[in-house]
Amino acid sequence: MLESYLPIFFMIAGGIAFGVVMLKLNEFFGPRRPTEEKFSTYESGMEPVRTARERFSVKFYMVAVLFILFDIEVVFLYPWAVSFRELGYQGFVTMFVFIVILLIGLYYVWRKGALEWD
Amino acid sequence: MEITISDLWQSAPMVSLTLTGLVALLVESMKGGRTTAVYGLSLAGCALAFVFSLWSLGSEVIVFNGMILQGGYASYFSMVFTSSAFFTIVLSRPYMQRLHREQGVLYILILFATVGMMLMASAMDLIILFLGIELMSVCLYVLTGFVRTKVTSNESAVKYFLLGAFATGFLLYGIALVYGTAGTTNLKLISQSFAQLSGNSLFLMGAGLLVIAFSFKVAAVPFHMWAPDVYEGAPTPVTAFMSTGAKAAAFAAFVTVFIRTFAITGTPISEVVAFIAAASMILGNVTAIAQSNLKRMLAYSSIAHAGYMLSGIAAGSAEGETGILFYLAAYTLMNMGAFGIISWVEQQDDTKLTFDDYAGFSAQRPVVAAMLSVFMFSLAGIPPFAGFFGKYYVFLAAVKADLVWLAVIGVLTSVISVYYYLRLVMVMYFRDGNATIEERVPGFAFAVIGVIAALVILLGLYPSLVVDISKTFFKL
Repeated sequence: MLESYLPIFFMIAGGIAFGVVMLKLNEFFGPRRPTEEKFSTYESGMEPVRTARERFSVKFYMVAVLFILFDIEVVFLYPWAVSFRELGYQGFVTMFVFIVILLIGLYYVWRKGALEWD
Repeated sequence: MEITISDLWQSAPMVSLTLTGLVALLVESMKGGRTTAVYGLSLAGCALAFVFSLWSLGSEVIVFNGMILQGGYASYFSMVFTSSAFFTIVLSRPYMQRLHREQGVLYILILFATVGMMLMASAMDLIILFLGIELMSVCLYVLTGFVRTKVTSNESAVKYFLLGAFATGFLLYGIALVYGTAGTTNLKLISQSFAQLSGNSLFLMGAGLLVIAFSFKVAAVPFHMWAPDVYEGAPTPVTAFMSTGAKAAAFAAFVTVFIRTFAITGTPISEVVAFIAAASMILGNVTAIAQSNLKRMLAYSSIAHAGYMLSGIAAGSAEGETGILFYLAAYTLMNMGAFGIISWVEQQDDTKLTFDDYAGFSAQRPVVAAMLSVFMFSLAGIPPFAGFFGKYYVFLAAVKADLVWLAVIGVLTSVISVYYYLRLVMVMYFRDGNATIEERVPGFAFAVIGVIAALVILLGLYPSLVVDISKTFFKL
């Protein structure tokens, strides 16, 4: 059984070797002209103004948590939608109950102001 | 894999409580949503679920394609959980109002945690068990840190969450190994093939990981480290809920897996559980002596009580199961009562929590002091209170299963425990002082604590009330 994993092992080993070899080749032959801009953090063209390691607002976590919640909903919805015809009436009712429960939760966070940034 | 209307109907306690929680969530989010309405709704939901459980006690049935057990065992535990939730909600209200932190979502979280507990007690499949544990734990993490302006509350929530998440890892790995060897997560099927499986070392490893996860949830040595800090930092009514409802739920799952599914008598699992039980009894009781803070004292006492109940699991017999069932009912009542009264005496800034703060309590508040004494006597296991018969049944089961040494340790450590329980009674009655309770405790909360004290005495006088339930109704 383990032999069937052998190609995967070769794949991983080959991938690592390729990456290391390319980086080393670049190190030996590539030209190097360092400037201050090249050493600074890449921020999509914005100029970095201060360190990123500081406390940031709990609001970001709120958005992240809500995102995961509805992300999972979508994860459930896709397979359900694909096999909707086979699941029939029962599948419809089950998913309906699931979404209603989520909607009640959404209504709650909305009313509590979790969706507002300020 | 059809789900029928009768499945839903037979799961009435769980379904009704879930619906109550959802409706309460809607009420809470409406404009001018009144906390009082959520409070009343939550209490009504608990009462309704209790009535449904009582009503379905005699009709044991397996529903949802062999996933969930309803009636009998599950109904009995549902009654324990809904009572615990009811008492917690009643006690939380004055406590949170004093801190100016009353929010309807507190009661809703308690409701959903209770649904999780019910799932744990009714699980016939390891996946449902996992689902229940997570539903309960996530709600409890939030409840622990509910007073978010207090550093201690936050600290205990983080501690509980990190260690709880770690324990969940053990649980899942255990389930994975059991599934890997048994080929199923269904407890009925595993119990049928347990005889062959018990020789398989991978299966035993899985069972061992399950023991670790459950021991964490019941706060047994050596997985008890979180308990004192979390119990001390959490709001007192939440502590009461954790030490009664959550502990009962963890034991319900423990009994389901290790007595009702695995026949552990004579296997290495039984020895491991017996060791954990002995360690919990010794460490819990000895460390409790040194505590001056009552919440910490009760935390260590709760570790010791977990040890007593684990001797019933180590016995692995039907007697052990009955003993644990009775013990949990008694323990839920007496611990809830003790924490309830402590939450009345305690001040907003976490003071008035030591033994010395109870000096002269009997002169100022004779009735409340008498009730607290009842709970302390019962926790110490002195007849005629309920705690005595709890210990009697589990130790008897241990002796019958040839674990005499365990029963001896249990009795000896119970003697140690008398010292710190009765120390509180001694301070209340024989020392001068002006200890009293907060003025804003409503009459309803008094009545509820009175009922709990009456039940502790009633169960001590007629233990057969509970014991007969398990003999009459549990067949599956």
